[in-house]
Amino acid sequence: MKVKLLLTSTAVSAAMFASAAANAGELTIMSWGGAYTISQTEAYYKPWMAATGHKINSVDSDNPAAPIKAQVEAGNVSIDIADIEYSDAIRYCDEGLLEEIDSSTLPAAPDGTPAQDDFIEGAITDCAVANIVWSTVFAYDSSKFSGDKPSSLADFFDTEKFPGKRGLRKGPKANMEMALIADGVAPDDVYATLETDEGVQQALDKMASIKDDVIWWEAGAQPPQLLADGEVVMTTAYNGRIFGAAVGEGKPFEIVWDGQILDFDLYAIPKGAPNKELAMEFIKFATGTEPLAAQASWISYGPARASSAALVGKYKDGKTDMAPHMPTAPENMKTALVNNFEFWADRQDELNEQFSAWLLAN
Amino acid sequence: MQSATATPNDEVLTSADGTPLQVALARATRKAKWRAFWLVAPLLLFIIITFAIPIAQMLYRSVHNTAFSENMPAVGEYLRNNDITDVPGEAAFAALVSDLITARENKTIGSVATRMNYEFPGARSQFTGSARKAKRLEPPFKEALIAIDKDWNSKHLWNVMKRASNPIGGSFYLAAVDMRYDENGNAVRVDAKKRIYVPLFVRTLWLSALISTLCFILAFPVAHLLATLPLRYSNLLMIFVLLPFWTSLLVRTTAWIALLQGQGVLNDVLVGVNILDDENRVQLMYNQAGTIIAMTHILLPFMILPLYSVMKSIPPTYVRAARSLGASSWTAFWKVYFPQTIPGIGAGVLLVFILSIGFYITPALVGGSSGQLISNEIARHMLQSLNWSLAAALGGILLFIIIVLYWLFDKLIGVDNMKLG
Amino acid sequence: MSLDNPMVRFDNVQKSYDGKTLVVKNLDVDIAQGEFLTMLGPSGSGKTTSLMMLAGFEPATHGEIYLNGKPINNVPPNKRGIGMVFQNYALFPHMTVAENLAFPLKVRNVSPSEIDKKVQRILELVELPEFGQRRPAQLSGGQQQRVAVARALVFEPELVLMDEPLGALDKQLREQMQYEIKHIHENLGVTVVYVTHDQSEALTMSDRIAVFEDGVIQQLSSPNDLYEKPDNSFVAQFIGENNRLSGSITGIDGKVCHVTLDSGDQVTAEKVVDGDVGTRTTLSIRPERIELDPEPGTVPVNIPGKIEELIYLGDHIRVRMSVAGTSEFIVKVRNSSGRRDLEVGQSTTVGWDPEDCRALDEITT
Repeated sequence: MKVKLLLTSTAVSAAMFASAAANAGELTIMSWGGAYTISQTEAYYKPWMAATGHKINSVDSDNPAAPIKAQVEAGNVSIDIADIEYSDAIRYCDEGLLEEIDSSTLPAAPDGTPAQDDFIEGAITDCAVANIVWSTVFAYDSSKFSGDKPSSLADFFDTEKFPGKRGLRKGPKANMEMALIADGVAPDDVYATLETDEGVQQALDKMASIKDDVIWWEAGAQPPQLLADGEVVMTTAYNGRIFGAAVGEGKPFEIVWDGQILDFDLYAIPKGAPNKELAMEFIKFATGTEPLAAQASWISYGPARASSAALVGKYKDGKTDMAPHMPTAPENMKTALVNNFEFWADRQDELNEQFSAWLLAN
Repeated sequence: MQSATATPNDEVLTSADGTPLQVALARATRKAKWRAFWLVAPLLLFIIITFAIPIAQMLYRSVHNTAFSENMPAVGEYLRNNDITDVPGEAAFAALVSDLITARENKTIGSVATRMNYEFPGARSQFTGSARKAKRLEPPFKEALIAIDKDWNSKHLWNVMKRASNPIGGSFYLAAVDMRYDENGNAVRVDAKKRIYVPLFVRTLWLSALISTLCFILAFPVAHLLATLPLRYSNLLMIFVLLPFWTSLLVRTTAWIALLQGQGVLNDVLVGVNILDDENRVQLMYNQAGTIIAMTHILLPFMILPLYSVMKSIPPTYVRAARSLGASSWTAFWKVYFPQTIPGIGAGVLLVFILSIGFYITPALVGGSSGQLISNEIARHMLQSLNWSLAAALGGILLFIIIVLYWLFDKLIGVDNMKLG
Repeated sequence: MSLDNPMVRFDNVQKSYDGKTLVVKNLDVDIAQGEFLTMLGPSGSGKTTSLMMLAGFEPATHGEIYLNGKPINNVPPNKRGIGMVFQNYALFPHMTVAENLAFPLKVRNVSPSEIDKKVQRILELVELPEFGQRRPAQLSGGQQQRVAVARALVFEPELVLMDEPLGALDKQLREQMQYEIKHIHENLGVTVVYVTHDQSEALTMSDRIAVFEDGVIQQLSSPNDLYEKPDNSFVAQFIGENNRLSGSITGIDGKVCHVTLDSGDQVTAEKVVDGDVGTRTTLSIRPERIELDPEPGTVPVNIPGKIEELIYLGDHIRVRMSVAGTSEFIVKVRNSSGRRDLEVGQSTTVGWDPEDCRALDEITT
């Protein structure tokens, strides 16, 4: 009986779905899941669906860039929009895997400033438009430290002073920069140092000093979980994930902003996307001043537009001021490092290999 | 086959109407053969499309990469016709510039740059950057390009380009065994600290052997119990054996994480009964131990089932006969029972070994860094670095290893003797 | 029945698998040195269980088994020194015939040269001298059977157990093997305990036969006595063909009793069943001991009957008759020249000597 009911309702909803699709478009958007996708759903998807009547099909991935090449090469693209990292946006654009986006069609700021000037420098590329600025930070569980608390990247890499397991993303990106900063390299010199073999070795050596205590994570949702499970006492993480766990769920997690690595997330349209025009319409809507500002009340990622910053208000709980939790807050920017996208586009193959070899060598 | 034709004086046997017997036989059975063929044709087609063709494609891709040769025709032409003893002259640079301009217009420069970057780190920005400026360059192009990026004056880079100008090449296989071409074009091993794949292959084979052994040790008594218990108990037990098959691999792996992690159930119990200090919890997850434990559990049914089916077919009278003939229970087991289970052991070990060589999700989730297998590296090249040719070369080597193993098994046990269930 | 120096003694042995029912009840048997004893009975009668207890594969629930005067309940099978032949031969498939035969010698640490000699000798005994290097699967059923027997004998046990060893063979081969096993027994002088459900096999081979039914030995005696003098209706019914007639004892005259059949006919029979006048009884008469249409006065018993069916079997004729209320009364008539006049429907008389008719316990079916 129950099964039958379920089948009927599925059939009915499928029929409704089909008829709705006939007169309204449907977009498939792939993003990173967890609190981040929720923030996009609330700030972009829902208002857009309400305003236009179109439907959005949200898909999660550990890395939304991953399926693009396979889909484009196979000529069977099912994703209309992917939320991807900067270095991927550049590489994929170079390789012709993404549709070009004409930045002049993006909406101007409320005061009339054209989009090209309103977006933070570098936030618009040939094939992708940034929606947020996020950062890789490290965070700790304050209940695990009674006396001194970690306050700098040097502390993160110091297991003598602060014993316990560390969480690190499995990959060279951000880790190597943080290792160098912790080793005393000035943020401005980090990439120049990494260009040399000695610099790479220096970073690997610094990481080797805590290697036995590292638990490697891959998906963005893992670090808060590792902290909550007590598997690690501190971990690198995407700042929004920690904010979500700390403020949203009341976990005793603290972010250390020292040496944070700033990065963009960008919207891009894979070449041959089934609903290209509609996807472009959505991107224009989502990267407008107000939706970008609205996203910031769901997650602590900074809007990629200058005009949005002023509109950032309170967290969804209605009392937490979001501004100080943004990676772009002046207080947090003191020792920040902006990810060098060019460097990673050039070096990530080589450094990935070297990182893998380093991981392997026990 | 021969008996019909190879009569002593080479007479051909004929049927009643004088046609040779073999021809008549072939004619008579042709229809049945065609009917049989059409029955299996859908499956055959399915296997060819979903299995044979992709594997062939993969193997082809591992030696065939057109990213450079197709998109850089002019300089490719030059490189194919000239040896590179030093950085070439103006003619090559002129061809290069014209290729850079067209590649930029066709939006293929990224593919070229990516291909070059595999073997010459830093080539990506060098190629894309130079291509951006190529249109405005004035002759002499050699000086102009070197002014943009001094790496254009590298003999090593030109050697890399020469190799890439031929779409067929073994450089990906070279990379897959931790070797590379040096600046003079000789194959050399990479620095010890940059070697990944050979150690990973070794680790994969070693862990697979270990997991097969563990599975065998665990499965043998279970299978024996299954084969000897009365039916109603053995059916129940069989359900427990098969239960994991009905649960998603991901769910099982996640369950192991919950059990074995530092703050997991097992550690909590050990700390709770004071076997361990809270500070000295055992690390059973996110390392090799995690991979071994979870994979042994997941692959156990593949060992139990063939063993069970073989043991089920061994009547208990053999052991009784051995006992009545004077053998101790150990001798009866070792000399009489055990040898008869070898077909099942062979099948189970081969299954578990081959499956574990290609295992991917479980080591990715629970293996940490020390429990990763070669398939995780293949997946990384498929999904993240997008170096599909290298992934294909690694896959090709894996395939080769499996074929060698199968051949070895055939030699040792005989594939005909294996009972898969 | 007890012997002075039995090789095997079952002393009040009981066996239960489930703790509710007894498969073997109060088994008391003595088996003499050099004897060929057969346990005969329908399936489920407890004969195989008894054999397995003797071999050591099943523990006795109660009672004790002695081998050469020593209790063996706690001796494992490999220490009992008993040879055994199994129903499906149980030749080890991964060993050659010679290796199979060498197995019991190897586990006894016999020297290799001695093993070779013994294996060759036993192969010759079972007339398979050239088959040592074959695998069991390459032999015919009869050959496998011989190897199985040879393997049970090669280590020269004093006692050999055979569990329906000929069950898998066709009829002709089975009869041939019966003689071969019998000859081996006679030549080697080993004691054999043989289990079968085939009565003709038991009658052919045995010195004594123990008839099992319902976990109890119904009769233990020589083949001759078993056939001629069954102790009860079950044995009479199980061994050979017999005619049954029901009635009550109306008079007792020493070893002979007078019985009034349910049909009213009066007959005399040898009294085997316990009881006084009035006891219900089933009479058992072998078909070949009945005379059809006897000359009056030549046999003490003579009652009327009618021929229902004639079955021509060459050397004899089976005559089915209605006698004393049953229409399944069988008479075997020798096919002599004077017996050509039998006809279906013919009314005649049947008669027998009271010695050939045994008044047994009543069968209530």
